[in-house]
Amino acid sequence: MTFEVALREVGLHYQGADQPLFENINLTLPAGSWSCLLGRSGCGKTSLLRMLAGLIEPEHRCQGEMVDGNGQPVMGRVAYMAQQDLLFPWLSVLDNVCLKARVNGGRVSPQERRKASELLDQLGIGHCAKQRPEQLSGGMRQRVALARTLMQDTPLVLMDEPFSALDAVTRHRLQALAVDALAGRTVLLITHDPQEALRLGDQVWLFENRRLIPVETPSSPIPRPVDSTLGDYQQQLLDAMQQADLHPHPGSEPSDGGDYARV
Amino acid sequence: MLGSDNRWRMVARLMVTTLVLLAGWQLVVELFDMPPFILPPPGLVFSKLLANPQLLWDHSLITLSEILLGLLLGLSMGISLALLMLLFNPVRNWLLPVLVASQAIPVFALAPILMLWFGYGMSSKVVMAALIIFFPVCTTCFDGLRHTPAGYLDLAKTLGASPRQMLWHVRLPAALPTLASGVRVAMVVAPIGAVVGEWVGSSGGLGYLMLQANARMQIADMFAALFILALFSISLYYIADWLLKKLIPWHQEKPTERQYLARVE
Repeated sequence: MTFEVALREVGLHYQGADQPLFENINLTLPAGSWSCLLGRSGCGKTSLLRMLAGLIEPEHRCQGEMVDGNGQPVMGRVAYMAQQDLLFPWLSVLDNVCLKARVNGGRVSPQERRKASELLDQLGIGHCAKQRPEQLSGGMRQRVALARTLMQDTPLVLMDEPFSALDAVTRHRLQALAVDALAGRTVLLITHDPQEALRLGDQVWLFENRRLIPVETPSSPIPRPVDSTLGDYQQQLLDAMQQADLHPHPGSEPSDGGDYARV
Repeated sequence: MLGSDNRWRMVARLMVTTLVLLAGWQLVVELFDMPPFILPPPGLVFSKLLANPQLLWDHSLITLSEILLGLLLGLSMGISLALLMLLFNPVRNWLLPVLVASQAIPVFALAPILMLWFGYGMSSKVVMAALIIFFPVCTTCFDGLRHTPAGYLDLAKTLGASPRQMLWHVRLPAALPTLASGVRVAMVVAPIGAVVGEWVGSSGGLGYLMLQANARMQIADMFAALFILALFSISLYYIADWLLKKLIPWHQEKPTERQYLARVE
């Protein structure tokens, strides 16, 4: 089940753009661990993730490959969790969790149904199985989305800031829950929040000026508590991000200006 | 419950407004001494409704069948064309401009031609009703199908859905709320098509009855037919509205404060 994923010479050139959004990106995601890409808005991290999920339209030029430990392409064995929960309002919670089976064949077998209920139980929302999504709060909806992702049962899970729209307490709880539920799977999470990256990343990279810069993380296991150690790391990381913004890598686009950079 | 409270209040308001309007009508008749061949008093119209129920019933049935068949034909044509335009780019590129431009043609002006082509009977009225609802149904359905939230499509794609599965399991259900508003419009507009068709030439139906009554200066009979026609439109709208709300329960107003609080605990 667990496997290592390697990105080799990955690049993306949008049709009509002067230069590639990024290119020659090499990255190894160790098996069964969480890797976080931290980047500012507009750095291309969402495009990278969408590309890995196979969501870039064919008219744009995608380069490189994403392979597992045996050199086999990973495409098709990927689950994608977006910022919105993307629950279909016309389906019940349980049917949303079984979405893959519904979309692919229309029929959901009793075993799948049972597995979905177990997943919902595991995530603490078993009692909501028959409800419709709009009856749930944001945190519960995102739990359903997590259950749907788990139901896909893929070895690689891509996450695009799935916790960013939640309030602080719910986010904290869901981060821990996600780490627990996704144990054993290889996860790639992108985020703009240094704290989230440091809390959830076994490995963290800073995606800045079209390059990936490795970031030092605390050695404790994830999900890390938000304590003073994490705070120190977070401060260092913020300093580094500001530094990178004031002295951009030669040859790259000037930054479009962030909130915290201009001090 | 808050919802049913509101409903009763709405019904009460409707009744009060209707009564006031009827009183105003009666007042105008009395005050200006209107002759019944210009404006019959409401009581006379009501008595005409009861005077010959068999006649009214027969003609109502004709008009109602025209409306329902027209709805069936118009809805299926509109939804089919919307699907074709979504599935085949050339169909959209060639037909969409024509479809929009065709709206500049007053549909009423087509009635005599339809009469010529489809004859004096019911079919020309059915086609008229279908034509008049075709555009709103087709455009709302097409809009709904085209504006599926991008995230839904992304998700379906990562789940390995084929374009056909995407259409059936994502695009169509996501388009239902938009299509529903087109259907509501169709319910109100289809009776107009049927009656206009009857005015141009027919041997039965409420529109025919109104023309005959008009020619004989029996204005109260005209009003009686008009009343039944209005009743049809209103009932069709509310039946459709109720059905659509049952079928598309996720497209409702925001939850009320009480429901929200119950959810938060």
